[in-house]
Amino acid sequence: MSRTTFFERNIGRITVEVLDGRTRQQLCFLDKVEPHATIGEIKSLFHKSYQQLYPARQDLKLDPKGKSLRDDDVLQNLPVGTTATIYFKDLGPQVGWTMVFLAEYLGPLFIYLLFYFRAPYIYSHQDVFTSSPYSVVTLACACHTCHYIKRLIEAIFVHRFSHGTMPLRTIVRNCVYYWAFSAWLAFYINHPLYTPPSYGDMQVNYALAIFVLCELGNFSIHVALNNLKAEGGPKCRRFPHPTKNPFTWLFFFVSCPNYTYEVGAWASFSVMTQCLPVALFTFLAFIQMTIWAKGKHKTYSREFKDYPQLRMPIIPLLL
Amino acid sequence: MWYTGIHVVSAKWGSVMSAPAMGTTKTAHSDVAPKKKRGPGALATAYLVIYNVVMTAGWLVIAVGLVRAYLVRGSYHGLYFSIEKPLKFFQTGALLEILHCAVGIVPSSVVLTGFQVLSRVFLTWAVTHSVREVQSEDSVLLFVSAWTITEIIRYSFYTFSLLNHLPYLIKWARYTFFLVLYPMGVTGELLTIYAALPYVQKTGLYSVTLPNKYNFSFDYYTFLILTMVSYIPLFPQLYFHMMRQRKKVLAHVEEYKTE
Repeated sequence: MSRTTFFERNIGRITVEVLDGRTRQQLCFLDKVEPHATIGEIKSLFHKSYQQLYPARQDLKLDPKGKSLRDDDVLQNLPVGTTATIYFKDLGPQVGWTMVFLAEYLGPLFIYLLFYFRAPYIYSHQDVFTSSPYSVVTLACACHTCHYIKRLIEAIFVHRFSHGTMPLRTIVRNCVYYWAFSAWLAFYINHPLYTPPSYGDMQVNYALAIFVLCELGNFSIHVALNNLKAEGGPKCRRFPHPTKNPFTWLFFFVSCPNYTYEVGAWASFSVMTQCLPVALFTFLAFIQMTIWAKGKHKTYSREFKDYPQLRMPIIPLLL
Repeated sequence: MWYTGIHVVSAKWGSVMSAPAMGTTKTAHSDVAPKKKRGPGALATAYLVIYNVVMTAGWLVIAVGLVRAYLVRGSYHGLYFSIEKPLKFFQTGALLEILHCAVGIVPSSVVLTGFQVLSRVFLTWAVTHSVREVQSEDSVLLFVSAWTITEIIRYSFYTFSLLNHLPYLIKWARYTFFLVLYPMGVTGELLTIYAALPYVQKTGLYSVTLPNKYNFSFDYYTFLILTMVSYIPLFPQLYFHMMRQRKKVLAHVEEYKTE
């Protein structure tokens, strides 16, 4: 082709070189990249040269010590000249969010049932496959199982995840935590020497009622948050607000009522079973969810100028 | 196709792969922003200097107490009893350091400091104090002396650092003595816990059995065994971390000796 045509065709195009963030070794060289190409497209290209490094595993930055670039960042909007130097870091194996939740929730679901049915080698030999004489034990099993089934349904059908993936290491750590804790609390509730609640059926029934209400509340909030993403669209961001569903009215008081309801469900489960390990699990979950709620609350307050002042992160009027 | 070519310069994948950091809790997409330096103010510095001086003095008292008791008795056995009280007082006092981190006058991690101090306090109270029979063991002397020398150096290091006049000798000692003292201390601690095991099992110390109202049980014996096992992954990590720190800190000084 003639010189002018070559020039016209390639005007404004950018040369992209990808260097390893640690060693500064050149990993990939892309010339004549369109300026309106996105980082996501760069990642796909990079993936072509390195099969194991699928885009979710790539962390690209303009400055090795700086912020990671987003997949939707456009090359020409970034502070690069005609040559872009991008630094790469391997984030390690990644797992999609749906898989993450499946792994985290299926474990406790089945593990608890192993204890409920008193599988061999857990309790003493004569207790294998026996059942507890207490109705609260069966009730607890039903509650625990329904809780995790609900979570699985939500993970598959309700939640829409913004970040694509989670590092493998984190999932292993989370799974160990959830699985081990559910085994520990299931051990006591289904133990042959289990002691039913001190205030008997009254305690169990009230706790059960609150448990069910909290589960419904938690589900309502998840649906509401999901609908918010749908109605807003990518450009119009709105913070969550109460809807016609009475369970969502908790939004008047807290930023993250889903966490509030979750804590409520586990607290009532603790009271229902009168089991200290469950209370401990509830306490730790409360701490973690409070941290998350405070973070979300801060994000909302910063992003939306008209964010309601009355709202607290997780506990109405208090925390 | 909007790209015309990819030139792959290096296909040496193995050398480029980076391993995820051990024990990291941040998700992969977190920013690496420079941390804001939270240094202590003038009042906090004065308080910290006093704190560190007092702790240095306290551990010196323990050191002197050990030497004197040895000279008086003429043997290494049973020296614990002569320094029992100051040991408990000053080791427990170290709990304040968690507070210092939490408040921000000391730029260390609350979790890391908490873990270190609590493990010391655990050994002092929940093992040595609680199980009388181990108090006459030689392993107690082993970890107490390791702690004593370490703490004297550490607290004087902090004192001098706060006063911006750190003698190279102290810095060198802090980053060198641990090479021997750390394994020594760990050995003493493990042997002491091991010695306590039969007594804990026999008496059911700090243990709760079923059935009970809160459907909970705790077997201190198993807990102690798990504690001992936890040393296996933890000790090498901490030891090699200190070795890496040593390389960094002492290498720097070689380049430009100022003191």
